[in-house]
Amino acid sequence: MEQITFSQLKKNLKKDTTGFKETKLAVLGNCATQLLSQALSGYAYELKIALNMFDADYDQLEPQTLDPNSELFTFEPNYILIQLCSEKLQLEFCDLSPEEQESFADRVMARIQEYWRRIEARTKAPIIQFDFIEIDDGVFGNYGLKTQKSFLYQIRKLNMLFSEAASKDKQVFPIALNSLSAQVGRDTFFDPQLFYIAKMPIQVDSLPQVAKRVFDTIEALAGHFRKCVVLDLDNTLWGGVVGDDGMEGIRIGELKDGKIYSDLQRYFKALRNRGILLAVCSKNEYDAAIRPFREHPEMVLREDDFVMFVANWEDKASNIRRIRETLNIGMDSIVFIDDNPFEQNAVRSQIADLTVPELPPEPEKYLDFLRKSNLFETVSVSGEDAKRTQQYREEAQRTESAATFASYDEYLQSLEMVAEAKPFDEFHFARIAQLTQRSNQFNLRTVRYTESDIKRIADDDHFITLYFTLRDKFGDHGLISVVILEKRDNGTLFVNEFLMSCRVLKRGMEEFIINKIVSTAKENGFTLVEGEYIRTQKNAMVAQLYTQHGFTDCGNGIFHADPNTYTFTPNYIKES
Amino acid sequence: MTDRQEVFKRLNEIFQDIFDDEELVVTDETCADDVEDWDSLRHITLISAVEKAFGMKFAMKEVLEMENVGAMADILVERATK
Repeated sequence: MEQITFSQLKKNLKKDTTGFKETKLAVLGNCATQLLSQALSGYAYELKIALNMFDADYDQLEPQTLDPNSELFTFEPNYILIQLCSEKLQLEFCDLSPEEQESFADRVMARIQEYWRRIEARTKAPIIQFDFIEIDDGVFGNYGLKTQKSFLYQIRKLNMLFSEAASKDKQVFPIALNSLSAQVGRDTFFDPQLFYIAKMPIQVDSLPQVAKRVFDTIEALAGHFRKCVVLDLDNTLWGGVVGDDGMEGIRIGELKDGKIYSDLQRYFKALRNRGILLAVCSKNEYDAAIRPFREHPEMVLREDDFVMFVANWEDKASNIRRIRETLNIGMDSIVFIDDNPFEQNAVRSQIADLTVPELPPEPEKYLDFLRKSNLFETVSVSGEDAKRTQQYREEAQRTESAATFASYDEYLQSLEMVAEAKPFDEFHFARIAQLTQRSNQFNLRTVRYTESDIKRIADDDHFITLYFTLRDKFGDHGLISVVILEKRDNGTLFVNEFLMSCRVLKRGMEEFIINKIVSTAKENGFTLVEGEYIRTQKNAMVAQLYTQHGFTDCGNGIFHADPNTYTFTPNYIKES
Repeated sequence: MTDRQEVFKRLNEIFQDIFDDEELVVTDETCADDVEDWDSLRHITLISAVEKAFGMKFAMKEVLEMENVGAMADILVERATK
C-alpha cells in the first residue's frame, strides 16, 4: 500500500514480464502523454500485467478515431484511455466568441460523444476517460460560479455533462482525476513549468497515483475487485476496548472523540448498502463484542449489517481464512482493517493476497485515508447489490438448518427450491454483465462482457440467452447464473458463456442449468451441444463439470452431448 | 554552497540512472548531443530527478537555456539545499 514513485515505475519498464497476462492499452490525448504512458506501463508491472501500449502522438484524437484503418484500430486495444486536459480546453475557450463561450461545455461534450461514437462503431474496448480538472481561470472571481460566461462555470458544467453521458454509455468508464487533483492539491498536481516546456498537465510525482486510478478501473473491468471488508472492533469501529471499558465506556457517538468512529461506521454502512460484504474479526469474548451492535443506541452498524461475526481469541489470520472459506470468495477480494500495526503485519505476512491497509497513526485520519485509497472500485452497480448481505446471511442460516437433516437429499428437498430460466431482458443487463465480470470460480470460459455487449448479444439472433434465478423457503438468491448459447452451423449449439454464483453451489442448480441447456438445444432442433472449459487460475472447480454431467470429453477442453440421447440429471428444483 | 566536485559526483549517478548507462561519465562540457537518448522527454525526467536529489527547483528559463552539464552544476553549487 506504500506509495510508489515515478522513478520506481520507470525501472519496472526494463523488467521481464514473461508469464504475465498481456493487456493492450491505447492512449489518446490533447496533450503530451508519454510520461503518463510510462507510468502506466510501470504500474502494470506491479499488477503482473504485461502492458502493450499504443501511445498516439500529441493531439491525434481526430485522425485516429476518424480513419477506420488508423493505428488505434489496427492495434486492437483491450482498453482505450482518453486524456483531454483542461489547460488546452481553456485555450480553445479563449478563442471563441462570447456567445460561443456560453455553450462551450455543450460543444465539447458533443465532440467527445462523437469520439465515443466513432470508437464504439469499431471496437468493443472500454473507453476509459479522465474527467476535467476544474481550473478557475480567475477572470470573474467568485462571480464566475454564477455566470455562464466564465470558464470555471463551463468546465464544471462539462464535468456534469460528462458524468451524465457516461451514465448512459455502457462502454465509457470515467476516472475521477479532478478529485485526485483536489486531494493532492493543484500546486502539487500541476507544474506550470512542465506544462509550458512539455505540454504535460500532470506533475511527474503525481503520475503513479493517476496510473493507480486508471488500473483500479482496468482491474475491475477484468474482474479483479474487492468484495468484502473484514473489520477489527476495539479502536477501529469504536474508541476503547469493550472488554475493559464495558459497553457504556466505548467511545462512539457523543462520547469524547466518538464521532470519529460514528463517521467510520457510516462509511462502512454505505459500502454495505452498495453491496460490499462486512465481516468482523476481533480478539474478544463474543458476547461482549456483539452487545454494542445489539444494544448501544449510538452504533450506526447493527448485527444484521455483517455477513459474519467472528470474535474469539484465535489468531486473526486463521479467522480470516475461515471467513474466506465460508463466504467462498477469493482472498484477493478481501480487505482487512485493523488499527494495530502488529496485527496488520502478522496477518499480512501470513496471507499474501489479502489487502491490509497501513492506517495512519491518528484515528481522525482513518476515514480520509480510506476514501483516498479507493479500495472498492467497481464497474457496475445493480439493484441486487444492496441485497447481497441479506443473501449471504440467509446462506448462513441454511448451513445451520442443514445440520438437522439426516441426509443432504432430505435437506435439499426441504428447501423447496424454485428456479426460473429466462432470456436476457433490459431490466437485467446490468446484473448479467456484472456477473460475467465478477464470477471467477464457477465460470467455464471466463469471458467478460460489458453491459453494451450483453445488450448486443440479447438482440442478436445468433445467440440464445438464458439467465437463471433461484429462491427457496429461506429467501431469494436473485439472478445467479448466466448462459449464452451460440448457434453454429451444422446443428451445433455452442456454450459461449456458462457461469454461476458460487453461493448456490451443490443444490442441484448446476444440474438444472445443464438440463436446461440440453433441452433448449433439443427444442430448437440442434443435434449437438458443444461445451468448452478454458482453464484460469481460479476455475479448477468446474474442470470436470461437463464430464460429470454426461458430456463426452473430446480433448482440448471441448465436450460434446447429443440432445436426443442425453440422460437428464435429477434434482430438487422446480421450474416456475 | 555545495562543493562542485561533490555536485558532479552526485550528478553522474543521476545521469547513469536516468540514461540507464553505468559507464556514462559527464563533464562540464557534456550536452544533449553527446548522450544517446537525451531527448526532451528524458530531459524532463532528468530535471525532475536532479531537483529532487538536490532539494531545489530550476527556473523555466534555466531549464531551457542550460547548455551543458557545467551550467547545471553552476546552478546547483549556488542553490542546492541537500
